[in-house]
Amino acid sequence: MGIEGIGARVARKEDRRLITGAGRYVDDMVVPGMKHAAFVRSPHAHAEIKKIDVRKAKAMPGVIDVLLGKELKTDGIGNLICGWMIHSKDGTPMKMGAWSPLAVDRVRYVGDAVAIVVADTKGQARDAAEAVEITYKELKSVSEAVDALKKGAPQIHPEADGNLIYDWEIGDAKATDAAIAKAAHVTKMHIVNNRLVPNAMEPRAALGHYDKAEDHYTCWTTSQNPHVARLVMSAFYNVAPENKLRVIAPDVGGGFGSKIYIYPEEIVCLWASKKTGVPVKWVADRTESFLTDAHGRDHVTEVQMAFDKDNKITGLKVDTIANLGAYMSLFSSAVPTYLYATLLSGQYNIPAIHANVRTVYTNTAPVDAYRGAGRPEATYLLERTIETAARELGVSPAELRRTNFITQFPHQTPVIMNYDAGDYAASLDAAMKAADWDGFAARKAEAAKRGKLRGIGMSNYIEACGIAPSAAVGSLGAGVGLWESAEVRVNAVGTIEVLTGSHSHGQGHETTFAQLVNERFGVPLDSVSIVHGDTDKVQMGMGTYGSRSGAVGMSAIFKALDKVESKAKKIAAHLMEADEGDIVIENGELKVAGTDKKVPWFQMALAAYTAHNLPAGMEPGLKETAFYDPSNFTFPAGCYICEVEVDPETGVTEIVQFVAADDFGNIMNPMIVEGQVHGGIAQGIGQALLEGTSYDDAGQLLTASFMDYTMPRADDLPSFVVSTSNTPCPGNPLGIKGCGEAGAIGSPPAVMNAITDAIGTNDLTMPASPQKVWAAVRAAKKH
Amino acid sequence: MYAVTYHRAASVADATKLAKGKDAKYLSGGMTLIPAMKTRLAAPSDLIDLGHIADLKGIKVSGKTVTIGAGTTHSEVANNAKLKSVCPALTDLAGHIGDPHVRHKGTIGGSIANNDPAADYPAAMLALDATIVTNKREIAAAKFFKGLFETALKEGEIVTGVTFTAPEKAGYEKFRNPASRYAMTGVFVAKSKDGVRAAVTGAGDNGVFRSKEVEAALSKSFAASALEGVKVPSKNLMGDLHATPDYRANLVVVMAKRAVAKAG
Repeated sequence: MGIEGIGARVARKEDRRLITGAGRYVDDMVVPGMKHAAFVRSPHAHAEIKKIDVRKAKAMPGVIDVLLGKELKTDGIGNLICGWMIHSKDGTPMKMGAWSPLAVDRVRYVGDAVAIVVADTKGQARDAAEAVEITYKELKSVSEAVDALKKGAPQIHPEADGNLIYDWEIGDAKATDAAIAKAAHVTKMHIVNNRLVPNAMEPRAALGHYDKAEDHYTCWTTSQNPHVARLVMSAFYNVAPENKLRVIAPDVGGGFGSKIYIYPEEIVCLWASKKTGVPVKWVADRTESFLTDAHGRDHVTEVQMAFDKDNKITGLKVDTIANLGAYMSLFSSAVPTYLYATLLSGQYNIPAIHANVRTVYTNTAPVDAYRGAGRPEATYLLERTIETAARELGVSPAELRRTNFITQFPHQTPVIMNYDAGDYAASLDAAMKAADWDGFAARKAEAAKRGKLRGIGMSNYIEACGIAPSAAVGSLGAGVGLWESAEVRVNAVGTIEVLTGSHSHGQGHETTFAQLVNERFGVPLDSVSIVHGDTDKVQMGMGTYGSRSGAVGMSAIFKALDKVESKAKKIAAHLMEADEGDIVIENGELKVAGTDKKVPWFQMALAAYTAHNLPAGMEPGLKETAFYDPSNFTFPAGCYICEVEVDPETGVTEIVQFVAADDFGNIMNPMIVEGQVHGGIAQGIGQALLEGTSYDDAGQLLTASFMDYTMPRADDLPSFVVSTSNTPCPGNPLGIKGCGEAGAIGSPPAVMNAITDAIGTNDLTMPASPQKVWAAVRAAKKH
Repeated sequence: MYAVTYHRAASVADATKLAKGKDAKYLSGGMTLIPAMKTRLAAPSDLIDLGHIADLKGIKVSGKTVTIGAGTTHSEVANNAKLKSVCPALTDLAGHIGDPHVRHKGTIGGSIANNDPAADYPAAMLALDATIVTNKREIAAAKFFKGLFETALKEGEIVTGVTFTAPEKAGYEKFRNPASRYAMTGVFVAKSKDGVRAAVTGAGDNGVFRSKEVEAALSKSFAASALEGVKVPSKNLMGDLHATPDYRANLVVVMAKRAVAKAG
């Protein structure tokens, strides 16, 4: 490791720009003639559109046009789709209802877009949007998935009878039932995984620009995957052919999954730009973000975990109902199936697993992947259940886990995944040591003297990252491949541009990707630029989500660097009249091993471009491309331990200690990895203690602002104690597993296990707000 | 925000004149009004800015008599040494309103005139038996706070200040709403020669009120221990996403205990 290479704590190159306000986001983009859009949205959760009168709105000052879904259809713009096909256990394909970018005859959730107003200013557009007169006939609505499946529930899409999208299963039902029947002990849990609003700092935005001269569209958008946006908008939504559509995702202020999907607004802005002849910009306000960004989680699950007399887990049975909201968002179908149920083995040797998952339409915002996506739901139910089992069996939660750990690798689980490497006991030991697990009883006694209830809880998570092998996901229904591409351009004076299909919206790629180049060629970080987020610059890419940029994106760069290195060595060998096999690259120089002969990097690059003296038959220039398709998922894992103090008078939970011991495989930049863990844990604690999304009976979002939706703040969180003990991933050339989601996956059960340990009752759901904890303490006292 | 015409008033008289015949709102710190306008929940035609009227600013402490101008910011109240020496409970309260931005813009007059059911100052005014001074008259706090966002203020009437006699002992403690950090239940207790008063904000379904259960217990002994086992009824308390009436009833007693402990 050099001072700027792999493993170095290099300060983030992008931070100078981002923290001095010099970042450039979609809302900063200005195109000559640009106008502003506002969307008219449904105030009802479920209603028929009887009549839309735009005359008054069109006559308002500054208004250029008001456009409706009917016109969009006439122009051939397609419906939004879900890109992952899931089949029910009876073999029928999932029942996808139509999602028109602008609703035509029916609205299905509060916030559903009905019309777009384009005007000279944002204020004028909003004024006119309020003047669009829509006559609705209100229909009965349903917000909870469990209720939507009940007889007599309102029918939301004609395509999905009884609101059921699919009834899917995985694993061996018979073997699992047999294990439960024979078990010495069965732990049963009813688990609710609360619905969350992603709340990226930057709200979604889109700027659509139609260039009449070139018959070409440009879309600036807040996307985690601009190439996927272009592909989907071309292939499915008929906005424009790919060669006529450029998508740019500049600086993006956080995504957490919510900016993977293609939403109605970017499609409509592009279409409206052609329609009106002016570039059209829309920027969501925070209320629109709450109402229309894809939400996360929202599962209700029954769990049974079976044990034999030696406390070995013999079977796991899971029955889940997942709320997908009013429409199927782009990857919504995959989250409660292949990103969830395939992780139900956790870190444990479980011979028989069966999961049944039903997904359901409701009159709420669409639900899709949110940091962790399926894996937090799997981890939460497993880790709450095994902790509860330990209490029921009267054994230490650490020992019960240890008894059941997988210790031999590779390990084939009964639910598709094949774990390649890991050392779960190492993380458990590290976390218990850092948390001073053995000293807990004394701390609890001391807290009791102060009138506080102290509790401790752990969580041993595993996740699947580095998504994903293309053929494998294709066989499971994915509409795309999940490889990544890279292009390395060495310029004539040796500076380097790396073009990547990964997209950074907070991850620090401009730093870590450059560190990889530095490690390989010894060129300074300042002479390496990372180019991303523009379909005109980067040929193709699959974007950033699922902790894939390191394991997949950097592996593609690694492959391209291999090719560059090979050609560079040939050139250097030719220049020094040496054998190619003797050339080594060190500190920005190409040397003949064992001699003092060397060529500086820039001189080799210059030779490639002057082409005055290249090996016979070699093409000039130095630029290489690679596509990398992973051979397997990667499997980060770890152990989190949370210690809390509950004030029984108020129900307030204070997290007094939080320990994270992770295994992320090889690490490029420990500082950035720690940052990812900190952010993930903050979001996980947010889910456990603070964040809950609530719709009322009429489908109105009650938590539609920060006045009612509790985002985690600095004073809600302790200083985290983080460490890693790493087993390199054998599946990719850099040995990387991924770290972006672990914190959000591992932490909620640790927090809830700690609180329930403190208050002595398990009857508590997330978020464990003061009110709920106080009520649980009181209810426990009465029993 | 809808278009609005902004006026800067030079004096209180000027302000009332400017407002005449318009659908106007008086703007003090704007910490409630401006967000409401930005989300289009409030739409006055005109804003009359009171923020530059010198007469409305300042804190006077004369013996035990305290007078605070309506335009005094929370930060100025929090950091006034003379006030702190006679009524530290009030400076402590002001120092914990909102965040630094709010404390440097928001004013005591604005808070009182708005009478948000979760605001801190109304509890202090009621417990301190303060007098609210307007450009027209003087109103006892008990008569001033009428309900949710409702006060005794009449058309054209502007709060110019508050005045009260510093108590022997006083303390304020609030339980913050986890999301908004407004008082979900806040209790201001004050002991003076006339007796004990305990005012509750954030909890009542009709705004700030005095808790007779808490006052009765503290009248016997002004100590946290006097509140052990005291119950307040949950009837007439607010219930929402974050707190049921029962939970708020519990918080009234717990916050009262902590307020008394702070009062020393």
